[in-house]
Amino acid sequence: MAETSPNKRGLLLQLFATFFKIGAFTFGGGWAMISIMERELVDKRGWLAREDFLDLLAVAQSLPGILAVNISVAVGDSLRGRRGCLCAALGTILPSFIMILAIAIFLTPDLINNNPVLSAVFKGIRPAVVALIIAPVLSSAKAAKLNWKTALIPIVVALLIWSKLPVVSNPILWIVLGGLGGYLVLRQSIKNQNKQA
Amino acid sequence: MIYLKLIWSYLKIGLFGFGGGYAMLALIENEIVGSGWITEKMFTDIVAISQMTPGPIGINSATYIGYVAPQQASPMFASPLWGILGSIICTIAVVLPSALLVFYTSHLIRRHKDSVVVKGIFMGLRPVVVGLIASAALLLMNSSNFGTDTRDVLWSIALCVASFCVVQFTKIHPIAVIVGAGICGYFIF
Repeated sequence: MAETSPNKRGLLLQLFATFFKIGAFTFGGGWAMISIMERELVDKRGWLAREDFLDLLAVAQSLPGILAVNISVAVGDSLRGRRGCLCAALGTILPSFIMILAIAIFLTPDLINNNPVLSAVFKGIRPAVVALIIAPVLSSAKAAKLNWKTALIPIVVALLIWSKLPVVSNPILWIVLGGLGGYLVLRQSIKNQNKQA
Repeated sequence: MIYLKLIWSYLKIGLFGFGGGYAMLALIENEIVGSGWITEKMFTDIVAISQMTPGPIGINSATYIGYVAPQQASPMFASPLWGILGSIICTIAVVLPSALLVFYTSHLIRRHKDSVVVKGIFMGLRPVVVGLIASAALLLMNSSNFGTDTRDVLWSIALCVASFCVVQFTKIHPIAVIVGAGICGYFIF
């Protein structure tokens, strides 16, 4: 089979190594990874044309899940099919998996609570983490181009999830309703446009 | 059985996790934190650790929660091997739904990316994602993260506001903000 020729096996290994490197050294999650992937895959290695990469990115973005994993599956698939997927995805996942596992084994919740130094340090860190989550609320609100009417959606959604009431506090409900509602609104507005034309 | 519950929760998180890591936090909080294996405090610590280590928050939190949850659920699973099993299971579960979707539907999506269905769904999801991230922030503003006595609460609010200003108005990296807040915490608390 052609798949086992040394050259192609070499590419699988390179795929794994490239994504492993990106996974191991990129702080800051999905978007930080994308620009490094683009540089590595398009500019340095020449495995993909820029348009193809952007096409794959559009697909990866429109599906749920972890963006970095989605894009590595898409790139792996387009280069080497099923095996390419597996190599690229493993490369992306393994560095964080290994590192977090090591941390989880040594930095247990009991240690954080009982060691006076660690407990004080984490008391300082926790409010900062909250601040780090407030910042993307503002940037994503800006990106969503909310007006005074559509701004009600995130406010209501956030308050209901926060309320911890049964059923309405489940984020999955709002994700499904949001997608469905968006489709119905867009379909209706296109219908209205056609009527006027 | 704790492992089945973890798999079910993380499959849901992977399947409905639109809008990136921060929006996913709302799902993780709803699925995992209420369950009694992971406290609010531990959840915030996991987010902090995820921020300071490379890699996506989704994977980092699945690996950490997968390791810790079985041990917290029952002394039967106290051995690290049970924890490692949990982290492998959770990490696979959070990745699997979207990996399969990318693999099997990417051609379909590429063909229909300008269709009313795809465009409409994304138009509707955008404001919801803002709400999800906001709810994650709201849920974390509680006494386990800000303390209970007045002195702790005031210092915590001050640290939160200061961190927010630094992240919002300067180019200082978030990791530096977390480290800085940790150092402040050492001297304050």
